[in-house]
Amino acid sequence: MSEVVLRGFAWRHAGRRAWAVRGVDLRIAHGERVLLLGPSGAGKSTLLAALAGLLPEDSGEAAGEVQIDGLDPRKARERVGLVFQDPQTQLVMARSGDDVAFGLENRAVPAERIWPRVDEALHRVGFRYPRDRPTAALSGGEQQRLALAGVLALRPGLLLLDEPTANLDPPGARLVRDAIAGARDPDTTMIVVEHRVADALPLVDRVVVLEPGGGIRADGPPEAVFAEHGDRLADEGVWVPGRPLPAHRTPAAPSVRADALVRADGAAVRDRLAPVDLSAYAGEVLAITGPNGVGKSTLALLLGGLLAPTSGRVEAHPGGQPHRWRAATLTARIGSVFQNPEHQFVTTRVADELAVGPRRLGRSPAQIDTVVTHLLDRLRLGALAGANPYTLSGGEARRLSVATALATAPHLLILDEPTFGQDRRTWIELAALLAELRDEGHGVVAVTHDVDFVASLADRERRLAAP
Amino acid sequence: MLEPVVGGTGPLARRNPVAKLAAALAFSAPLLSTVDPLTPALGLLVELAAAPAFGLRYATLARRAWPLLVAALGIVVTMVLFAASRTGALLVSLGPFDVTTGVLTGALGLALRIFAVALPGVLVFATTDPTDLADALVQNLRAPARFAIGALAAFRLVPLLGHEWQMLTLARRARGVDAGRNPAARLRLFASTAFALLVGALRRGGRLAVAMDARGFDSGVPRTYARRQVFRRSDAALVAASAVLAAAVLATSISVGVFRGIVG
Repeated sequence: MSEVVLRGFAWRHAGRRAWAVRGVDLRIAHGERVLLLGPSGAGKSTLLAALAGLLPEDSGEAAGEVQIDGLDPRKARERVGLVFQDPQTQLVMARSGDDVAFGLENRAVPAERIWPRVDEALHRVGFRYPRDRPTAALSGGEQQRLALAGVLALRPGLLLLDEPTANLDPPGARLVRDAIAGARDPDTTMIVVEHRVADALPLVDRVVVLEPGGGIRADGPPEAVFAEHGDRLADEGVWVPGRPLPAHRTPAAPSVRADALVRADGAAVRDRLAPVDLSAYAGEVLAITGPNGVGKSTLALLLGGLLAPTSGRVEAHPGGQPHRWRAATLTARIGSVFQNPEHQFVTTRVADELAVGPRRLGRSPAQIDTVVTHLLDRLRLGALAGANPYTLSGGEARRLSVATALATAPHLLILDEPTFGQDRRTWIELAALLAELRDEGHGVVAVTHDVDFVASLADRERRLAAP
Repeated sequence: MLEPVVGGTGPLARRNPVAKLAAALAFSAPLLSTVDPLTPALGLLVELAAAPAFGLRYATLARRAWPLLVAALGIVVTMVLFAASRTGALLVSLGPFDVTTGVLTGALGLALRIFAVALPGVLVFATTDPTDLADALVQNLRAPARFAIGALAAFRLVPLLGHEWQMLTLARRARGVDAGRNPAARLRLFASTAFALLVGALRRGGRLAVAMDARGFDSGVPRTYARRQVFRRSDAALVAASAVLAAAVLATSISVGVFRGIVG
């Protein structure tokens, strides 16, 4: 049971000109469950970090007041539990039970009381393995359940959830939502940050919307807040429920097809992908779907000429087997966009990033300039031309990674989970862009879990089944 | 390569991790005091005899120890090529290199030393769970938890690096960046990929540190321990036995008259 009070709270990270959050007045009573919303950059994560006591005094400048049960959050740390986005970097130990015990050991719980509390917490989140299950053998959703158990074992009065399902596929996200719902304790105050509002609504009874420039835009029961502010929030990228997405399907696929841009004949990769036959055509969006671990991303690497099949064959038209081409040749024919945009960045400026591909192809400076200017404009990156790619937001980084693939004008574009973790606004822009490319005659292949993406855009869906 | 292969099946594998580590050191270090081939050979015999007591099969041990074999072969080749003194009877002449008994004895001695000194470490790490080791370091040796548990947590992220490296390499190819056959370009590409890997590892490490912080790690309160590590009399006996065996090996080589001290 904890009460949260903020009075004119503001925080500015050291070395930044802009305030991360500003002018927040808020009172959250014992046992309330709050969804904290706001467009990207409104300071939601900073606010959670402040409440968790994770903003050291020397790491920035504070104003106003923030209190948990009347205490400075840095002195109330044992009352607060925080679950982060990424399950990989919040598990500490190699065995599941040890990981839940970790926090209890830190809080000096007597040894004989640790294991009963570990078992209780594992039970509350529906963890279905023995305590010595290696954490590395868990799926993302199970790891996140375990992270939740590690926090619940500490019996926090205030539970903070920072986009706990953002890094998970839909089944993993469902696991975690069910665990949060099942483990809910009427005595625990809860604040959750979540873009996918529909997923969070069953868990909360109040919605608070932060205003990017400072202050609070809206505060109240979910229905009232969305009735009044829903349209604007949706425009700003929040996934407000019950709002349709634009459809981009082509009326009918052509009955007589030209040659496939790329074709897989029994292509397989040992231990990662069972043999697949598949063709991708120009002027078509092909969605590759299927359960986790079936090898969808591996298939994308094969089609993209990045990996050689261990058996079978991948053939591109024209040109033969794409994994044998030099990298520059490859980029002129097939563009690949990885799930994690940061893997693909090789320079320190957004504009340079776009110039890499064309320069490798030996284009003239004037040609490169034209391509870069055009893409900066087309993907709304103009204002960021001089920024470091690693400092971009998730949506900006995604747009840049797509733009880098387009810079060499390939005929075929292969994307791995392009819409994963994106806000509504980026999602809509991305879908429109891919539809445009398709209509210009490009082939588009997307590996995806996103049913909305398939419904809105895919001309053909190929579902890989578990072997 | 580093993760333990057995979960405490041998009687010695079940000993306290700190005791096992100390025993390995107590046995290896004295073997370094001499350059003759007999001492490490005797040491190696003792170590091989001890392997079953650790619950390790010789096939498993060989699989774990193959990098040592590579190192030992390297030593022999280097010695044959570059040894300064070529004493003893000439065995065979390989072009400009005279292979003599003196050269071969020297090379053999060095190769045996590598095995004899490193094998105890291989035995210990093959039979010790890293979590138990960290716990024992903190509880029995009073090592700072910040260091031992922190290193343990960082260790967990290491397997991710292999996958990360592959993704970075493939992503560079997807960007049109490759080196072809040019060695300078290869080196540059390797360096830039390694840098990206490092940046990613630091970011992940930072996030992990914050998550540990949020769960009260190193907050000034003395920790309790869910997994108790006890240093028993049998653990002390293991260390003592190991030191006695090392002394016996040295005594043998001194009495036979082959001991050649590394100093003096």
